[in-house]
Order: sequence, then C-alpha cells, then structure tokens
Amino acid sequence: MAETPTTAASTPEMVNVTINGTAIRVPKGINVIEAARHAGVFIPHYCYHPKLPIAGNCRMCMVEIGEAMFTPDRQPVMEPDGKQKIVMQPRLAIGCNTPVKEGMIVVTNSAAVTRAQNAVLEFLLINHPLDCPICDQAGECKLQEYSVEFGAGASRFREEKVHKPKKVDLGPRVVLDDERCVLCSRCIRFMRDVAKDDCLGFVERGSHSTLTCWPGKKLDSNYSLNTVDICPVGALTDKDFRFKMRAWFLKETKSICTSCATGCNTTIWSRGNIIYRQTPRDNDAVNECWMCDAGRLNYKFINDPGRLTKAIVAPASVPAAGKGSDAGKDAGATSYEDALKQLGPKLKAALANRDSAAFIGSARATNEELYLFARLAKGSVSDCVPRSWAADNFLVKADRNPNSAGAKLLGVAAEPMGSKLAAIAEGIKGSRIKTLVVHQEDVTKHGIGADLLAKLSLLVVMDFKQTATTKAAHFVLPGVTFAEKRGTFINAKGRLQRVWPAVSLGGEARPEWEIFRDLLRELGGVDNHSDIAALFADMAGNVPALAGRVLSKVGDEGVQISTG
Amino acid sequence: MKLERPKLTLLERLYLPAIVSGLALTFSHIFRKKVTLRYPEEKPEIPPNYRGQPVLVKDEEGRVKCVACQLCEFVCPPRAITIKPMEYPENAKYGKVEKTPAEFDIDMLRCIYCGYCEEVCPEQAIFLRGPYSVTGLSRKAMVFNKEKLLELGGTLPDPIKKWQKK
Repeated sequence: MAETPTTAASTPEMVNVTINGTAIRVPKGINVIEAARHAGVFIPHYCYHPKLPIAGNCRMCMVEIGEAMFTPDRQPVMEPDGKQKIVMQPRLAIGCNTPVKEGMIVVTNSAAVTRAQNAVLEFLLINHPLDCPICDQAGECKLQEYSVEFGAGASRFREEKVHKPKKVDLGPRVVLDDERCVLCSRCIRFMRDVAKDDCLGFVERGSHSTLTCWPGKKLDSNYSLNTVDICPVGALTDKDFRFKMRAWFLKETKSICTSCATGCNTTIWSRGNIIYRQTPRDNDAVNECWMCDAGRLNYKFINDPGRLTKAIVAPASVPAAGKGSDAGKDAGATSYEDALKQLGPKLKAALANRDSAAFIGSARATNEELYLFARLAKGSVSDCVPRSWAADNFLVKADRNPNSAGAKLLGVAAEPMGSKLAAIAEGIKGSRIKTLVVHQEDVTKHGIGADLLAKLSLLVVMDFKQTATTKAAHFVLPGVTFAEKRGTFINAKGRLQRVWPAVSLGGEARPEWEIFRDLLRELGGVDNHSDIAALFADMAGNVPALAGRVLSKVGDEGVQISTG
Repeated sequence: MKLERPKLTLLERLYLPAIVSGLALTFSHIFRKKVTLRYPEEKPEIPPNYRGQPVLVKDEEGRVKCVACQLCEFVCPPRAITIKPMEYPENAKYGKVEKTPAEFDIDMLRCIYCGYCEEVCPEQAIFLRGPYSVTGLSRKAMVFNKEKLLELGGTLPDPIKKWQKK
C-alpha cells in the first residue's frame, strides 16, 4: 500500500488526495505526477522533470481532476446512495503543473485520459522519423515506451512528414537530430536554470519548430551531456557514445565518479569487459541527477588495452635461472605469487629500519586500501599526491582526488596533503631514504624524478598502468581501477560511498587491498582478510569516525560520517 | 508371451529366389534415369526460397542494407552474431543513413539456422538464403565476416527504399 514519504527533514503539511480510488496522504505542494508516484500510479510525461522548472508543454500528463461537491454554505451534497457527490472538472488538466490540494480526486485511467494520451502520442509521432534501428535512444526511449503502454498503436497520418535538420553539431560533445525532437524543452531549461549557461532555444513555429543554439553560441558547457540524459527521445545524443553500442546490451553497475572530490553517484554501462559510458545516478545528497562532462568521459583509461596484467620484477632482481622461461615476454614479467615471494624477504629486510623507508599512497584509492597501506607505512614517513583543477560553483570541486578525506582520516596523507613529498625527495637525495613504496602515482611528475628513483635500493610500485615510476621500479604489482573493485570512498562533504566492480581486467591484476594484505602477511602480520566486508569491519573497529559502520549497510547512496 | 516362428515354405527356405529377385531390381536401375548427383562436382539446383545459411544482402543500388541496429545480435539464441557499428563518414554517398556495420561476423559453428535474425531485421538486410554448404578448415575460417556474408547474399531489390525519403 502507498506510504507517506518520510524523507523530509521537518514534517511537511500533508493533504488527503484520492488517486484512481486510492486514498493517500501526500506532502502539500507537490504536483499530481509526484502524488501519483506516492500512490504507485505512473503518469506518463515528457517535459516534466523533477529537478527542472515546470514547462507544461508536452501535454502527455493529462489527468481528470475533481473534488467532492459542497453547497455554497459548505454543506456536503449527497447522492441518493448516501455518498457525497463528486464533481469532475469538465476539462482534463496537466498533472505536472497542478499542485495537490486537500480533498483532490485524480483519475488517470478513464476513457477521456486514455483518449488524450493516444492523441498526444499520435501528434508527437506524426513527424517523427521512426528511425529506431539507427537511433541511439532505442531501448531507453520514452516515445517507444509510451507508444507501447499508452499509444493507439497505429498512425493515421498519410502525408509527407516535415523534414528538419539532422545530425546538427550543437557542441563539442552533443549531436542533435531535430526530426526526433518532441520539443519538451528539458534541455533548454537545464542549460538555463541548472547549468546557468543559457544557449538553447526554439526557432520557427508550429510543426516547423526547431531546437537550436543561439547565434554565436555553442552547447559547450561542462554539463552539456546532462541534456542527453534528460532528453526523453533520441534528439540529443552523446558524440562519445553515438553508435557505439545499443543500450539493451549494457550491464549497469552502480559506482561513483572518481574524477574529483564530489564523488558524483554514477552508473557504469559495460558489455563484456568494455565500459561504454557513465551516467549520473540519482542521489540528492551529492549530485541530484547530474554530473560534469569531464568526469563522465573519464573512463577510457579503464578500457586501455595496454594496462598492467602481470607482476614485474625488474631484470636486476630476477635470478639468472628464471630468465629463460620468460623469453619473448616483457622483461621481468612474472606471476604475482612469484613476485610476492621474491619481494617479501627484501621488503622485510628493508623495513627493519623504518626511518629509511617512505610510502606514497594514493588519494584515489579506496578507504580499505588506504587503511592497509597505512598499516604497511606505520613508523615510516607517508604522504599522498595532491591534485587539483579549477572548481566551479556546481559540482566540480578543486580537489581532483576522490578520496582525500579518506587518505587524511586513515593517516596516509600528511596535513596539508603533499607537504611531506619534498622531504621524501630530499631524503632520497641524501640517501637517507633507501626504500620507497608507491601506490597508483607517477611520482616522477610530482618532484621525485627518475634520477632520484634510480638511487633507491628498493622501489615497489602498485599501479594499473605503466608509468615512468613503474619503469624505474624493482617490483611492480598490478592493481586495478575503481571500476574493477569493491570498496568505499569518502567525498569532500564526508559522505561514505561504495563502488562495485563493473568490469574485470583478468590476468594477474587484482584489487590493491589484496596486494597490501599479502604484503602485510609477508611482513609477518596476521591480517587474514578474505573479503572486503571483513576488511571493512576491521577498519570500522579501528577508526573512530567509522565506528559501527557495516559495509553492506552503506547502501547505494552512501552514508554521512562525522568527518568532513 | 511366446511368439510363434513363421513357418517358411520350401522356396523361402531355399533363400536363392529372394537374392535373385533383389539383384534383378538392382540391375534394372542401370537402365533407368539417374536420380543422384556427382556432388561436389555437380551441384543441385536450389529453389529461390531455400532456407540455407544467414547472409547479408545489398539493394539494387549496391547499398549494404544493414544499419547495424544489432537486433539480430540480440535475438540470436546461440549468440553467433557479433556486430561492430560505425557512423558513415561525412559526405558519404549514403551519409543520411548515418549508421552501418563496420564489422559483421556470424560464427557458423554456432549458428543453428533458426531464422530469428531474418525475422527480427527491421531493414530486410539479413536472410536465410541459398548457400547451404558451410565448410572451413579452421574455427577461424568458420566465422564469416561482413565481406563474405555480402558476397554470399548478393543483391535483393528493395521496393520500399525507406532511407531515400529521409
């Protein structure tokens, strides 16, 4: 049965409404579409979007509205059977722009409503090109879905369709097909009211109405691809995803964007082990339903065929006997177990003097990894690499590391982050630091050049790709990206959020928490975490800010923790 | 239950008359019209509606009719079809069709000749047509690519010319 919403912070004023005969209480001020959603009734709509101002131009959400009848002196008018008489408004009303009020009666399944829906869909399809076989929206198109559910099933239109511009280049990332556009104006309202970069509008009149960019402007905002998400049809398409793969083949994995400290909730769309696109996932506490283009398109490094899939033991430390078997392969490429077996004693010996070792962790790693990394680094100097870009007033944060908060909380990063990097470089220069363990960072770009790395007697690097640092390393253990592992991140506002594996690289590469666990074991630790949940439980038991948290209860939208 | 053995007459028990009559029938075929073919040197005539292997066809202008919608890939029960779509380059002759297969592979070791691909195709681009002899010397050779499928399919006139009106 329908429930009244409990999400509002303060109890909102509630009103009684009846939707298709179901009486429910809903918060005052919401519109009929949202009220019907509370009652489990779906009202089809194109132009209405919960995060955008109301336009009311698609006319798809027509409903019948009525109320109980009263005499002018507010006495109820009764039917002969003892029920109160109901008067329905003579005309249908649009659900999106009709706020609910006390005693409102809404009917969404009457013959009049069905006729209106049939008629609206018939009009929308009159000039629609019906090129579904080539349209990227096919499979997630509201025209297709509503035609099946609410359409009349056939067109009576025999005339020539209106032809409009096709394949219009709106901006660097978005292509427009005007023939497919249903003129809902969602994109216009998004750019005007959410992205604050008013650049789209309609020109011409009647059936020749056309969406276009303002003269001299381009749809080049860093949020332009959200217009593709909210476009209910295939009019706006993503240049990056265009014609790459049909939506119905793609597996959806919940994830978060790791391009900045905002941690926008995302869905990763993959088929096989290839990621085809990322889209924002609703989370009102973080990103509502938007994300920036830069973050959205920042997934290609995951699909890179040149990723590290083998452990590498630099030729200098490979025993002569083992060389023949690896002929023809990358120099020093070996199995993970073999690399671990060789590395274990060396690392243990090197860490006997903790002062001669330094650890550079990654603020792009998960909390679980940082927790184990901090254990590895205990007693030695450790820090992370800070990374920043230009922030905006909407979603993009200046801090490009997705987990700076976690790196600080778990004690890997110095305060401020990166302040010890110069000291580490100095220590290597002065031959005081002989051992360096680096996770997922190319330190040659951050003040510790290849000449300094050459002075080290032991350089261990965990990374998912070849960098100048992995090339200088004595041991490289192959890790994976955020899209290939489980774990948690803490965003800039102190929200603990999870990632799930969307693809799998294969080979010897594995989540770094497994690598750190194995290294701790080699050093004589007793850590025996067999899975991420046990590791998280251990971490929650030792980190006060995470006390009482359980990984499975973090949920899809994350939880706010006290830090931040 | 006990079965009675049939009682044989003397002629039947002699055995030879049956052999002779059988051989007589065999020899009589020497003088009749041949019904067999010397396959593979001689090939049978295949009727136009024969349901052989799936192939891709072109229209009479020579345009590849497939637009890489990937519905056949989706519907294929043994997952024999793999398509990689691409966009027609700018100013291409059929640029307004926008989409075309860059690669179209059918793994003929997987194909079960069910015909779902033909049934689902919204462009009448894939048909189960004449080719019936599907052979190859390796697994790789049994994956038929776009060029091979188009060669096997040939031309099938398109009375609708849907894309010409776009």
